Amino acid sequence: MTISIDPQKTNNESLQPKGWLRYFSFSLDHKVIGIQYLVCGFLFYLIGGSLASAIRIELASPMSDFMPRDVYNQVLTLHGTIMIFLWIVPVVNGAFGNYLIPFYVGARDMAFPRLNAVAFWLIPPSGLMLVASYFVEGAAQAGWTAYPPLSITTPQSGQIIWILSVLLLGGSSIFGGINFIATIIKLRRPGLKLMQLPMYCWAMLGTSLLVVLSTPVLAGTLILLSFDIIANTGFFNPVLGGNVVVYQHLFWFYSHPAVYIMVLPAFGLVSEILPVHARKPLFGYTTMVFSIMGIVVLGLVVWAHHMFTSGTPPWMRLFFTIATAFIAVPTGIKFFNWVATLWGGKISINSAMLFSCGFIINFVFGGITGVALAQVPFDIHVHDTYFVVAHFHYIVYGGTVFIIFSSIYHWFPKATGKMLNEKLGILHFIITFIGFNLCFAPQHWLGLNGMPRRVAEYDPQFQFVNQISSLGALLMAISTIPFLINVFLSLRNGKDAGDNPWNALTPEWLTSSPPPVENWEGEAPLVEEPYGYGKEISEQK
Amino acid sequence: MLNKNIYLILIISLVFAISFWIGFNVNLLPVEASINAPIYDELFKILFIIGLIIFIGMTIAVIYSLFKFRKRNDQIGDGIALEGNLSLEIVWTIIPSIIVLLIGLYSYNIYDRMGGMKELNHNHEMMSSNTEKIWAGISQTSENEIAINNLSIEVSAMQFAFLFNYPKGNFITGELHVPVDQKVSMKMESKDVIHAFWVPEFRIKQDIIPGQPTILNFTPTKVGKYPIICAELCGPYHGGMRASIIVEEESDYNEWFNKNKKPEVNL
Repeated sequence: MTISIDPQKTNNESLQPKGWLRYFSFSLDHKVIGIQYLVCGFLFYLIGGSLASAIRIELASPMSDFMPRDVYNQVLTLHGTIMIFLWIVPVVNGAFGNYLIPFYVGARDMAFPRLNAVAFWLIPPSGLMLVASYFVEGAAQAGWTAYPPLSITTPQSGQIIWILSVLLLGGSSIFGGINFIATIIKLRRPGLKLMQLPMYCWAMLGTSLLVVLSTPVLAGTLILLSFDIIANTGFFNPVLGGNVVVYQHLFWFYSHPAVYIMVLPAFGLVSEILPVHARKPLFGYTTMVFSIMGIVVLGLVVWAHHMFTSGTPPWMRLFFTIATAFIAVPTGIKFFNWVATLWGGKISINSAMLFSCGFIINFVFGGITGVALAQVPFDIHVHDTYFVVAHFHYIVYGGTVFIIFSSIYHWFPKATGKMLNEKLGILHFIITFIGFNLCFAPQHWLGLNGMPRRVAEYDPQFQFVNQISSLGALLMAISTIPFLINVFLSLRNGKDAGDNPWNALTPEWLTSSPPPVENWEGEAPLVEEPYGYGKEISEQK
Repeated sequence: MLNKNIYLILIISLVFAISFWIGFNVNLLPVEASINAPIYDELFKILFIIGLIIFIGMTIAVIYSLFKFRKRNDQIGDGIALEGNLSLEIVWTIIPSIIVLLIGLYSYNIYDRMGGMKELNHNHEMMSSNTEKIWAGISQTSENEIAINNLSIEVSAMQFAFLFNYPKGNFITGELHVPVDQKVSMKMESKDVIHAFWVPEFRIKQDIIPGQPTILNFTPTKVGKYPIICAELCGPYHGGMRASIIVEEESDYNEWFNKNKKPEVNL
């Protein structure tokens, strides 16, 4: 069966609004959709960040004195949900995926442009609905994990809106995943082999497989949970004979792969950024591809490590310990390869490079605590404490968010035609790096010494360390200021970027900045060596 | 070339030395107050040292590369066109695999010593004929323990308190008293949402689940008063859901027990 796709017909230019109005339209252009994802995600990042600041203000003193206790639980639930489903997942997948994948495979758009636009336009309404649920009867307050029976017994309207919102966002994610798989497999330019694709394509292929395999499980689980809430069924309600642990299995069957849905694209992006600024080929392309696929396979069979204290049988604890710890092997390979990529290069120390190196250092730290947490006896003490909070912020903030910023510094010139200011960028990096480590490193100690997570009050002996952490959070909040100033100043009167300011070899740089609607004026270039730095190769222009 | 290797060996041994020094001299954990705790701390120390070696090593490698291979102002052109090195790839696949496997086996051993792999022998008399399925917590037993001396307690958790039922004394308290150096066996069940029983000084934690009893066994080794903390989000007052466990000498415990003991009531 062949599916005939004619992107020229799907992108009828005359029907599309021009200028900045494009970004508020049902545009079918993958580049417009990518930027829509990014800006929309960033706005939600600001909301989620404000909620995080509220949490850190509450925790600056041992008493629950800044906001009512139930509001505190709503704030932490919304913070988690917004950061995961409205910032990190849409940005590392939707924003960069949409912008870059068609370039990388040599296509003029994604395989299904309309589905693509639908996937994006599901996000703003569901996000707004989630935030607005606060004004109904209070937002959901059972944590982003929504464990029953707590999620069944807390005020219902907030929880139902939360479920509806996460279902829509999950749907958006599945649409995106199908689209990426179809684009990477079917829309490759003739002559372009799979093993010649830039690494981000492999990362997105792996990620999209995880999205398509695991997100439906979350959707089904949440639908059953909503039946328990609205229709008094007893799937997870112990009063009616339901089993609460089954929910945890189903939930983590999605939500552990969700971690890889958040970090694998970041692994892909950093593999694009490092070779360009180090002027060296990506070290070990083939092993990088295999390690991505290894992470995908292993990522599907490790979920129960979130449940070591839930009352799981010993053999199950043992299996999930070994499986989880083994993810460190393919992940470790990638980190060694990135350091080897830097080794012997001619490294430009700029904002994109610094954020990528910050990512390597932070993620290695988070990975090490991850291997420790995989060990059942270790986990039993620190499970559900600030140690875990610190660990996953090292992975998703110190890892993925650092790469999002790195990618913005790297691709901003392509998308806008303007360079970002390097001095402000480096200032942004320094404040973010110090603030982040100040905020989260002390939390490991808090967890080990007896501070559980998701609490509004704590023992006075933890006050000093909590205040250090809050100071770090303040620095992180401040760090967005130079970034925003930088973006607005550079958009107005930044230096002209030219087509290829970094002298990069991947195909998105072989067109004008910003690129024309159908990506290239002529035929798509065939880039057989996206990382061919240091070789006497004929320029592929 | 020889010089380079000497520097490399020097740096690696320095990283190891620093990691071991920190691992043995920096204590990040609270007091050890159960037979579980020293076993846990042994595992923690090993993981801490290995983690430090990897983290310090990787950080030095990144910062060194940034410094050593930075582009000087007058330089143009690219770095070396090195696309990979199969033997290096094999080395950094196999060595981490071995480390991870050894850590896994070692933590299995730790878990076994904590009693995690043993059949649970919770000796509540009324449960001997009961067929309900009990899910595992940690079944902690010391080697020279006398099994008949077990203290059985039934824990029920609710928003936002723990209640401790002493079936032998026929009374319920909100403060857990246990004698030192004796195995305590708890059967726990929640009345509403999921809670968790955590004593940081004992290094143990187990969720308390509605409709599904869980078991937690432990042996305290140090007299004192320790916090019992609910570790699973259970509602607005989750942060205030605390109780105390008081570990006391056997004579003190018996005195307390006899004071609270109520006569059996036969209905």
